[in-house]
Amino acid sequence: MKKFSIFSLARNALSHHEHWPEQWRSPAPKPAYDVVIIGAGGHGLATAYYLAALHGITNVAVLEKGWLGGGNTGRNTTVIRSNYLWDESAALYEHSLKLWEGLAQELNYNLMFSQRGVLNLIHNVHDLQEATRRVNANRLNAVDAELLSTEEVKAFCPILNTSPKTRYPIMGGTLQRRGGNARHDAVAWGYARAADARGVDIIQNCEVTGIDVEAGRVTGVQTTQGTIAAKKVGIVVAGHSSVLAAMAGFRLPIESHPLQALVSEPLKPVLHCVIMSNGVHVYVSQSDKGELVIGAGLDPPNSYSQRGGLHTIEDQMGAIVELIPIFSRVRMMRSWAGIVDVCPDASPIIGKTPVEGLFINGGWGTGGFKATPGSGWVLAHTIATGEPHPLNAPFALDRFTSGALIDEHAAAAVAH
Amino acid sequence: MRFRLKEGGRIDRAQRLRFTFNGRSYEGYAGDTLASALIASGTHLTSRSFKYHRPRGILTAGAEEPSALVQLGEGARTEPNLRATQVELYDGLTAAGVNAWPSANCDLAAWTGRLAPLFPAGFYYKTFLWPASFWKSLYEPAIRRMAGLGRAPEAPDPDSYDKMNIHCDVLVVGGGPAGISAALAAGEAGARVMLVDDEATLGGALVGLRHRVDGVDGAAWAQAAAGRLAAMEEVRVLTRTTLFGYYDHNSLSAFERRTDHLGPGAPAGTSRQRLWNIKAGRVVLATGAHERPLVFADNDRPGILLASAAQRYLNQYAALPGERAVLFTNNDAAYEVAHDIVEAGGTVGAVVDCRPEPAAPLAPALKEAGVALHTGSAIAATHGTKRVRSVTVAKLDGDGGLSGEQYRIFCDSVLVSGGWNPAVHLFSQSAGKLTYEEARGIFLPGTATQALEVAGAANGSFGLAACLAEGAAIGARAAEAAGFGDGTPPPAPPVEAPEPGAITPYWLAPGLKPLGHGKAKHMVDHQDDVTAADIRLAAREGFRSVEHVKRYTTVGMGTDQGKTANVNGLAILADALGKTVPEVGFTTYRPPYTPVTFGALAGRDTGALMDPVRRTAMHVWHEAAGTVFEPVGQWHRPWWYPKRRDDKHAAVARECRAVREAAGILDASTLGKIDIKGPDATTLLDMVYTNAFSTLKVGRVRYGLMCGDDGMVFDDGTTARLGENHYLMTTTTGNAAHVLEWLEEWLQTEWPELKVYCTSVTEQWATVALAGPRARDVLAALAPEMALDAHSFPFMSVKEGVVAGVNARVFRISFTGELSFEINVPWSHGRRLWDALMEAGAEHGITPYGTEAMHVLRAERGFIIVGQETDGTTTPHDLGMDWIVSKKKADFLGKRAWNREDSRREDRKQLVGILTDDPKKVLPEGTQLVDKRGQPPIPMIGHVTSSYASPTLGRSIALALVKGGRARKGETIYAAPETGFLPCKITEPVFYDSEGAKRDG
Repeated sequence: MKKFSIFSLARNALSHHEHWPEQWRSPAPKPAYDVVIIGAGGHGLATAYYLAALHGITNVAVLEKGWLGGGNTGRNTTVIRSNYLWDESAALYEHSLKLWEGLAQELNYNLMFSQRGVLNLIHNVHDLQEATRRVNANRLNAVDAELLSTEEVKAFCPILNTSPKTRYPIMGGTLQRRGGNARHDAVAWGYARAADARGVDIIQNCEVTGIDVEAGRVTGVQTTQGTIAAKKVGIVVAGHSSVLAAMAGFRLPIESHPLQALVSEPLKPVLHCVIMSNGVHVYVSQSDKGELVIGAGLDPPNSYSQRGGLHTIEDQMGAIVELIPIFSRVRMMRSWAGIVDVCPDASPIIGKTPVEGLFINGGWGTGGFKATPGSGWVLAHTIATGEPHPLNAPFALDRFTSGALIDEHAAAAVAH
Repeated sequence: MRFRLKEGGRIDRAQRLRFTFNGRSYEGYAGDTLASALIASGTHLTSRSFKYHRPRGILTAGAEEPSALVQLGEGARTEPNLRATQVELYDGLTAAGVNAWPSANCDLAAWTGRLAPLFPAGFYYKTFLWPASFWKSLYEPAIRRMAGLGRAPEAPDPDSYDKMNIHCDVLVVGGGPAGISAALAAGEAGARVMLVDDEATLGGALVGLRHRVDGVDGAAWAQAAAGRLAAMEEVRVLTRTTLFGYYDHNSLSAFERRTDHLGPGAPAGTSRQRLWNIKAGRVVLATGAHERPLVFADNDRPGILLASAAQRYLNQYAALPGERAVLFTNNDAAYEVAHDIVEAGGTVGAVVDCRPEPAAPLAPALKEAGVALHTGSAIAATHGTKRVRSVTVAKLDGDGGLSGEQYRIFCDSVLVSGGWNPAVHLFSQSAGKLTYEEARGIFLPGTATQALEVAGAANGSFGLAACLAEGAAIGARAAEAAGFGDGTPPPAPPVEAPEPGAITPYWLAPGLKPLGHGKAKHMVDHQDDVTAADIRLAAREGFRSVEHVKRYTTVGMGTDQGKTANVNGLAILADALGKTVPEVGFTTYRPPYTPVTFGALAGRDTGALMDPVRRTAMHVWHEAAGTVFEPVGQWHRPWWYPKRRDDKHAAVARECRAVREAAGILDASTLGKIDIKGPDATTLLDMVYTNAFSTLKVGRVRYGLMCGDDGMVFDDGTTARLGENHYLMTTTTGNAAHVLEWLEEWLQTEWPELKVYCTSVTEQWATVALAGPRARDVLAALAPEMALDAHSFPFMSVKEGVVAGVNARVFRISFTGELSFEINVPWSHGRRLWDALMEAGAEHGITPYGTEAMHVLRAERGFIIVGQETDGTTTPHDLGMDWIVSKKKADFLGKRAWNREDSRREDRKQLVGILTDDPKKVLPEGTQLVDKRGQPPIPMIGHVTSSYASPTLGRSIALALVKGGRARKGETIYAAPETGFLPCKITEPVFYDSEGAKRDG
């Protein structure tokens, strides 16, 4: 891997940028691999990277039906935080946040990880109770968290309308200063480049059409580019987890929904943190390009089409204009949808499946992006060792049988 | 207005308008756009580009404009990133180009352009990595300052917005010749038609051309057609309205600008913009086409514009693009532009045609007029900084390179035409698939997936006669499909217009140096400064998917969504990859077609109307009493009633004491009420509640817990059996709608055989809870006919009778622990009941109490609030409410879940009481509980769910969920960490009257 730096840019400028190498190869699939990862999104690529970087397993293929990073990795609103209520979630997301903090240097790829602070707004007494509970829990779990008064909220983000006359007045907020955003595409590209450099084959336009199982053990996958044998297989396909599980003969307690997001036209810097409000149901940040990045709740119908309805956006725009009235004359430039797989407890499934050698990572609902490094890290550990890491053990599929749910509905920053 | 022709155009020369642009004063005419008025004054430089701050001018004359972006107006009404080509001029308009400081003319950030070799596509992914700490403190803030185009306003928006929902048989999008024909055909057949166009007047391309229809000037024909449409009763024409989104089931949305063109003259009280949500039976897309620029070296200098734009500025606005123009083209149609300019008295220095042997019909006439024709040639360089001053024309070698022969041609404008791209954006949004036509190098609508057809230029039919005929045929067909007419189109009017002629697709003109060498930029995306070299770089670096290239280079990601850039970029990428254009594929068009204000999308749903405020029948009384309200769901509930200088604490204490010692009244109207009727009503209740309702006698009331199928409590309330097959269920205030949906979901999906109706009656009954030892005395005065003694009206029963002269249902239930009656009267009598109770209770010290006192009173008595003592992970057993879980019923929701391993854990969190060692300390609700003091991380054993200063006990009390808490009573634990590890003890969760002695008074 040729190192990226200002010096390499300057050197290449002299040769008119005509000698940059490919950031990753586009190899044809080999007949067999030690590990096949299905899905070249951030999570799948991170899994492959950590398998190679930390576990010495480099005979790995990542199969992607479209183009790498083209699913939810390239469609989310890039919010990163770890201020989750439950111990299990806080541990997983905080591990992920710690990985984010050194990731750009580790991958030698500027992910534009920006710890500008995530501010969750409080609009009523119930919100305040939940916020107090979460901030106290975060602090006891050694996750940074602050409870802010209305005045402190105003000081941190002056463009918010903190007037008591609004429909749902802002009664305060919680702040995680280490939270923020990253450039989502760069995360996929950075992991792809680093994994490729360690020998991982990333095979795009290669759709998995079947999973081969013999005597309860996975032996490989059928793809649009032929049969690929594998000792171990990981399913990491946000939006289609149930489809892949069905190929291997088991069911998942997952519902799939479209989730929309949108950006405004680029503006000079006006919003310096991430704002999230469960009460009026919207979240917003400003990207380094200047666009306001806005998301909200799911489109209710179950669907695999990456399309939503305008009414969902109309609702969230009412909320945005109410929270930040100066955005009324700003314009929506582009909107889109991704498909999110939602578990009954709004927590992911990471671990073993009923098929030996077959592992799954999915069901992240609306919030998987922030977990990308941690998720790949624990799944790589699970695939390499055959057993879950303590961080992902609670997120096993069998929790839906045992009842040991990690119910983030109550604790979610935005209701699911 | 140096470049304004003495006559002609479709402007109103009687109305001179003054305006200011980039600090300079200008004049224009009514009917001008900002762009046309600037061009008429000789100004092409408007703004600076996104990345290199290169001088940028006006490229187009319409919605596809990528580069002439302006900040319109000042103060609260300022608006960023508007396209100068679509801003209609009004007197007093002020605007400035975006992304330039101090001005577009002299921009201090232009140094970025000089360092351009260091800033190719994606440079930021490769640098700013060292030292890591500089990212947050230095690099990112600098990048953010450089990024962005215009500025958001600094004050709230003074204008209002609204929305309309509408159905039509036929929706025609685009008011050009094809759209007008379609609307006329469908309208004459009698269908309900909507015609939507984003310009100020109908006519589309006709307005910028000298073509004739039906023997008259095309624009005049369009005006006459507009008149005919206006006369049709079922036809609605919306101009200045952009159809921006095509969603499923023929749902489409449009954005109407109602007063923007009036500037400060906009009438007060009129909404500024309007969102139209349209349900269409059939859709006719007549969205036209966008001319495609050619990509050549330094093709972005001000003064370089699309040929069709120059033609429109000439014919519609009577403005010449400059003193001397050069036309660069690959097609016959563009010759007409040069011809129009010459006819109008302007000068065309040369026509440069990349085709070796073009046979444009107008070529001889141009030659005759003295226009030089350079065939098999391309513009290899342009010169001038803030305005093009000359071009270098070079002979092509037929193999992608230059032959060596060069000419320098002086000019102050370059007109560019690379052919036309059908505007397939909405078709693509509708989930239709595009096909590629090699011969003309265009994407065309393929198979539609919704009830739509595409007419005219959007369908690749560029000739005027074809547009009119196709529009009429499709319009008539759409009307017939909707049940109007027989599908026969009216005869198309005769036209006088040239045919589009021949074209040879041409994607990239070579420069004087190899691509990417030297300073010249072959600009593909004029807004985001994406060059042909950038696209090749992306391909070189392994970004092979068109989506990757879009994201890596940002081509097509600007406010114009690449209307002028995408197809060129795609063809250059295909060439770099050695593939064909269709093999590379196309990015998905995403709504909106052009940007839409947040204000229009929000409409009236802001401020008080953001979410409806629900108020009870007694609300006005509460307001007059100076009540502090608490938002609970959509409701405003009295929180507490301050008296004189009471603070919250004093008011709540007074209200609590009144209930414990005399009588209090609470407005309980907001609790959800569901009327459940039918022969299977009892079966339904037995399934959704954990306890049995089949054993409940008529006239009696039972408290129930409702659990999800995961076994977790999600609502509670009392249900009264009013008749054999008739119940009244109450729910929590916030959950009322959810509970009704829950019942309906089960009835409609799992138990459709049950004969039950569930009806929300929350707003049919006003409810007052009358509580306290004197409650019976107060009620007796108002209901003399009703036997109220504990024997005739026992706890947990219901009576119907007259209270305060109104037919009422009275429930003997209690949420405070005191003797209590919940009196329900028809909503409209709520205030009357409230007043009567206040009057009758005066001698008993009756006191209204709010939700805060209610919470304190119920917590003293150990009653839970769902959503406070529960959080979706709490079972009835965790709450110590095993008594309410039937052991006899065969099945009910939640039962199966309790057999799961996790439900039987010994260390589940259980409801307990908490008393702080210091009785004055009131723990914040949500405080965590730990076993030991120390430094985080510290394991948590539970959390405080409710916590109050109890006036009755004279100390603080709290409820909490604690792991294995029921077995730990008496133990000391700590509240942490914000409270600083306060010691407290685990107790029973009932602090007052644990025997229930008070409930009968």
